[in-house]
This record gives sequence, C-alpha cells and structure tokens, in this order.
Amino acid sequence: MKLTKESILGLIALGTFILMSLIAPGFLGSNNLSNFLFQLPEFGLLALGMMVVIITGGIDLSITYVAALSGVGAALMLTNGYSIISAIVVAIIFGVACGAFNGFVVSKIGVPPILVTLGTMVLFEGVILAITKGNSISGFGDTYSLIGNGYYMGVVPLSILIFIFFAILTGVLLNKSSWGRSIYMYGNNEIATLFSGIRNSRVLMKVYLYVGLLAAISAIIMTSRYNSVKVDLGSSYLLQSVAAAVLGGTNIHGGYGKVIGTVYAVIIFQTLSNGLNLLGVHSAIVDVFIGGILILVLTLNFFSDKMKSKKESRVSSVS
Amino acid sequence: MSQYLLQMKDISKTFPGVKALDKVELEVKPGEVHALIGENGAGKSTLIKILAGIHKPDPGAKFYFEGKEAEIQKPIDATMKGISIIYQDLSLFPNLSVAENIYIGQDSNKGSWSKIDWKAIKSKANEALKEMDVDINPNAIVEQLSIAQQQLVEIARALAFDSKLIVMDEPTSSLSSGEVEKLYKVIENLKNRGISIIFISHKLKELFKVADRFTVLRDGKFVGAYDANEVDEPKLIQLMVGRSVTYEKNQSENKAGETIFKVRNLSKKGNFKDISFELKKGEILGITGLVGSGRTELAQAIFGVNNPDEGTIELFDKKLSIKNSEQAVKNGIAYIPEARQIQGLVLEQSVTKNISLPIIKRIRNKFKLINRKKEKELANKYIETLDVRPALPDHPAENFSGGNQQKVVIGKWLSTDPNVIIFDEPTNGIDIGAKTEIHKLMRKLADDGIGVIMISSELPEILAVSDRILVMRKGRISGELDIKDATQEMIMNYSLQGLGNVKTPDISVQSGQVSQEV
Repeated sequence: MKLTKESILGLIALGTFILMSLIAPGFLGSNNLSNFLFQLPEFGLLALGMMVVIITGGIDLSITYVAALSGVGAALMLTNGYSIISAIVVAIIFGVACGAFNGFVVSKIGVPPILVTLGTMVLFEGVILAITKGNSISGFGDTYSLIGNGYYMGVVPLSILIFIFFAILTGVLLNKSSWGRSIYMYGNNEIATLFSGIRNSRVLMKVYLYVGLLAAISAIIMTSRYNSVKVDLGSSYLLQSVAAAVLGGTNIHGGYGKVIGTVYAVIIFQTLSNGLNLLGVHSAIVDVFIGGILILVLTLNFFSDKMKSKKESRVSSVS
Repeated sequence: MSQYLLQMKDISKTFPGVKALDKVELEVKPGEVHALIGENGAGKSTLIKILAGIHKPDPGAKFYFEGKEAEIQKPIDATMKGISIIYQDLSLFPNLSVAENIYIGQDSNKGSWSKIDWKAIKSKANEALKEMDVDINPNAIVEQLSIAQQQLVEIARALAFDSKLIVMDEPTSSLSSGEVEKLYKVIENLKNRGISIIFISHKLKELFKVADRFTVLRDGKFVGAYDANEVDEPKLIQLMVGRSVTYEKNQSENKAGETIFKVRNLSKKGNFKDISFELKKGEILGITGLVGSGRTELAQAIFGVNNPDEGTIELFDKKLSIKNSEQAVKNGIAYIPEARQIQGLVLEQSVTKNISLPIIKRIRNKFKLINRKKEKELANKYIETLDVRPALPDHPAENFSGGNQQKVVIGKWLSTDPNVIIFDEPTNGIDIGAKTEIHKLMRKLADDGIGVIMISSELPEILAVSDRILVMRKGRISGELDIKDATQEMIMNYSLQGLGNVKTPDISVQSGQVSQEV
C-alpha cells in the first residue's frame, strides 16, 4: 500500500498522541482531554482559512486581527445589550468585510497578498485600538459563553462540532465546487486559468471573503471561551496557522493542500503543546520542539517530492 | 595538439517524449567564426544549452576542449573553461553600472581587507572597452544603454573572463544595420585575438559576411559542417530544409459558406490598428506576419484577455461585448495559445482537470457540485478522439510530450463546444507526425462548421493549411491572399513591405526575427 503525505501525517499525529498518553501524567484524564478539545477549534479554524489562501499562492497576515476585530464587534453588541444572534451576525459581517477589503486590493488592484495583508494587519490593529483604547471588553453573559465552553449532549464540546462542520464544508468546497477547483488551478498557474475563461479576480475575492468568515467564527468561539476581548485576541495563532497549513502538506507556492492534512497538523501541534505542558516543560522549549518537528517534516516532504518527480520523469521518458 | 578548440561528438538529448538532438557534432577551430544554423526546432538552442552546462546530454556524449577531454556538468564548468554565452535576451544586471556588470563575480578585484577595489574595476573596464574599440562610459547604468551597447558590454564581460569561445545567440535580431556593422567590426577584432565565436542566426546573407564555417542542423540531426567558400545561400537553405518542408496539402474541396464571424475596425494602441476581416463557415483563415506584427495581440483581443480600444466583433451577425475570457468562452470563442506550457495548461494538474477547466461550471450536478463521472467521461472522450498518448487521464499534463500536450489543450477547447477556434502557432515545437495530425484535425473542425483561424509564422504550414491568408505587418493587415494565388514570396513581401503606402501605428514591440528569412 502506498501512503499519501496526509496518511503519514495522520500516523505521526497518532504517534504523538500515544506517546503523550504514555509519558505525560494526566494526559488522558477527562479534564485534560476536554481542555484539549476546547482549545483546538479556534486554532483549527484559523489554520483552515490560512490553508485556503496559501493554496492560491498567497498568505493572510491579517487573519488574527480580522478575528480580533470581529470579536470586538461581537463584544460591543453584547455589552450594549443586543442579542447573541445579532452579536454573531455583526462578528461575521466584520470578518467578511475585512476579507472583502483584502480581497479587493489583492484581486482587483493586484498587490501581492503578503503586502496587502501586512498593511491591513496594522490597519485593523489600529482600528481595534481606536475602538477599545487598548482596554479589554469583557462580560458577555452565561449564555454566550456556552458557545466556547458548552457541551452538546453533555459530552462533546459544542465548539468542536462547529469546527468539524467548517472542516467538512471547506473540504467539500475545495474538492467538489467549481470555485474550489479554480482555487487549485489558479494556485498552480494563474495565467493558464485566465486563458481558460476563469475569472481569477472573482476566485480570489471569494477566497478572502471565506477566510474572513472563518476568522469571524474563530473569534466568536474565542470571545465566548475567554469572556473577554482585547486587541491581541488570538494573535499567537498567526504564524502558528501558517505553520500548521504547511506542516499539513499545503504547498507554500500554491496549488496543493488538503483539509485533512491541516487538521492532522493542528492535532499534532495541540498534542505537543498540551503534553509537554503537562510534563512541566518550559513553554520556550515547547516552541523549540514544534519548530524542530516542522522543519523535519518539511525537509522530508521536500525530499519525497524530489524522489517522486524523478520517478515520474523516468516513467514518462519510457512511455 | 588538436586543430580544434572545441569538439562535441555524439551529442544526444532526449526530453520526455521528444528526441531533441540525435548524435550531433560541433567542431570549432581557434580564431574562427562558426555559424550554427537550422530551422526553428532544429536543436540549436538545445546544443548550446548543453555546451553551457544548462542541459545534461544523454550518456555517450564526448567533449573535448583545447584537445583535452572535458566535462561540463554545470554552468560554472563552462565559464571556468573560457566559454561564454550571450543569450538573445541579455543577462546583464540592468540596474548596475557597465563596469560592475563586466567584473561581477570575479574575485581578483579585491584589495586589502577583501574590499572591492572599485578604482581598479573601473579602469580595467575602461581598458576592456577601449580594446574592443567601443565608446561606452563604464559608469553608465546598463538599462540606459541601447540593446546594441548592452550586447557589447556582454562581449566585454566575456573577454574579462578570458573567454576563448563566445557563443552569440541571434545577436543581430534587434539591431539596426549600422549597429550590425559595428558588431561585425568587434567580431573581426576578437577573431584577430584568436578568440573563437559561435554565431547563431537566421539571416544567411549576413552570415556570409562574418562566418568562416557553417554547421547545419535539421530536426535534431547533424547535417554537416562546411567551409564558407564551399557553400552558397541556396545550398544552405536546401541543407537546412532538407525534406523541403513538405506538409500534406490540406485544403478542402468544400466551398466556404456563410460568414460566421466578423471583426470590424479593431484597434488597440501599440498593438494593432484598424483590423477588419470576416471568417466563413468551412474555411480556415491563416494569419501570418513577422513576430511582433500584432497577430497574437489581435487573437488575445478577440478572446477577451487584451481588450481593444475600439472596433467591434460579431458572431452570426450578433455584436459581442467581450470584456474577459469568461465571456469569450460563453460566446463560443476558443483560443489555443502560443505558450502551451504557460497559457495553455496547468502542467501540475491532471489531464482530466485541464480538459474540464473552461467548462467546469457546466458539469455541475443539482447541488452545484462537480459531477465527477461526467468530468471523467468528457476527458476520456477527448483522449480517445484526439488519440492522446499515453491515455492516462489522471496523470499530470507535464508528463506528456509536446504533441500530446497540445492535443490536451485542443481537447480542452473542443469541450467548450466552440463556434470559433483560434490556433496560435499550433504546431510549435511538435514533431512532424503530430503536426500533420493537428492540421487534419483543424480541417475536420472547419468541415464540421466551426470557424477556424490559424496563426503561424511557418509559411509552409500557412500554405498547406489555410484557404485564405491575412498577412500582418506592424499591427496592420498588409495583405490578403487567396490560397490559389499565394506563394511564400508574396507573403514575405507583404510581411516586410506591406502595400507600400500604408501608414503604420507606433509599435512598441521590438521587431522580432523573421523565421523565414531563408
């Protein structure tokens, strides 16, 4: 049987999980496991969004600030007495609007995504600071906190179900919709898609809108879990989400990336940081571990791609 | 010591599916100007790239340099031996000065503390340029120089590296006649210093002024090496063309029917001006002209990726408003681009995904999701009818040979059920068997009632395939010919001189080489 990149990653995820349950005290304890599950969705959603942008050959450096701005939107609604539904709607509107701005500059004006989102990262941060004056907004009520802290049927965290829903949705959109197909084709060769009757700018616009949506959902879960929002909401996830996407097999130059790979990568990150934490390893050392694993896997991927292309060219010159 | 500076023997090169070179040889004496000639696709560039260390030859190749067996694995090996290559698209650093360009990469210019000794560099550059008897300021920034001057800087750089052999790829294609004379003087000067030169050009007349010997390639094979005094121009043409490019005549008995497609007064500044023509059912309209005459720009304007400033396009007497390629596809206009591997295909993706790309929205099920079964059937249908080999729909397009890649592109556009197909240099870089197949296919499409336009620089192809010919020159239509009256000479005349007194728009595109100068 031939193993795909993703299934190898799945085995690594499983291995790390088993390793941690053997060596980390209390890793399998119900308290820790539920902690594990509650932390995963907010990061997972951002990583999925990042993956979609990277498949187009771009990157979104503003993603966590989009989330923070959405969170502020929701917080303002809640603290001013509006309903939870309207808070959620406003969060989503904020996220999608930020995405629309990114998407407009990238797709219509044609500025490289890394520059656009670097700019909007600072821009959105400034907007949040102007609104919050640097303070945190907190106190959203018990019902709202159920989104990030509650259980479905008493066992499964609600937020993990939200994550699974969006993971499946992303997978279906990428693999089965014409938009998803265009994303991959664009990521490999945007000139060929232009010459094939594909409206590149529309494809890209929708990508940034979708990322905005995922960032907003992540923000809703985070604000609910922390019962508070500040300018740096989720900001530590920014580069981690890039790392998770590429560890998951997404090609940083675009054209390739799978939901399942990114999900495995998120699980690996989460398992490592959670387990090492239980072992009493200093957080700086945890970073060293994660960075090391990232480099190791990417190097392996590089060599396996090289081998594969060698083999393929041999096949074709024979045929 | 051998009488040759360079000997390359039994040089073969196989690319996936194509044998680009087959036991070719090249021998260059010290201090001679050696012309390497052959048609487009004869293998000249591949041979030079092997000499430069960019491509590796197939096993069995033999290299001798200065009488010794040599090995060139990487570009640096060639440079170290004293082989310099001046490519058509120059490889200078445009934002650096002349002196910096000449001495870049040389370690000998370091003073104490490994500091770069600018003073020495400048004076050495000045000397090098003086020695060549050219008047260029070493402090000038390269991008401000003319193409001709930049070429001279490249030559000066080659000399600075103590080159014994300089390869010039089409050095005169973008020079004025005065500049060409200047270049010849420099070449004469180099020759007197014992430096050998390999000169690649299509312009045979010119070559006789400088070349001492000729090596002729044809279809990747070595035809022969000749002293300049034992051959003349017609003889060389015959050697280059060999089989005298016999395409099967491919015109149809069927009379052309009603007009299906009309272009009126289409103009785009700097591209083309005042283009009007009609395309009739059942005919193949050939468009030719020199590279840079605006043919591709015109085709891309019709396809919506190069929007014109004014003019109209009509399909079945209905005015079309095409602002982007999506609308072009919707209106049944297909464009098979010149740059197959860049514009035509997403090489990394499967044949199936490439074929379905333009109509991906048309094969969705009721949930708006791609119908994989339908997609597969579609791909298999075109793989079968176009005889794509090997018939592997799930393999990435990059694994296929040029001819089969082109079939995939054609399949992709047939899937859109087009009314008009524009083929832009459809048989470029494709072996002769596949060429004929593609010509037959175009004819069949025309017989089926699809409007077919073929853009080609290859005159024998134009004459073999088209029923009517438009010749473009400097963005204008300079002549229209019926196949019955057309000859290569007439087409060349229209391409070069046009109708005499036509006013030409300002063309920013540089005038490319004439592929059929012969």
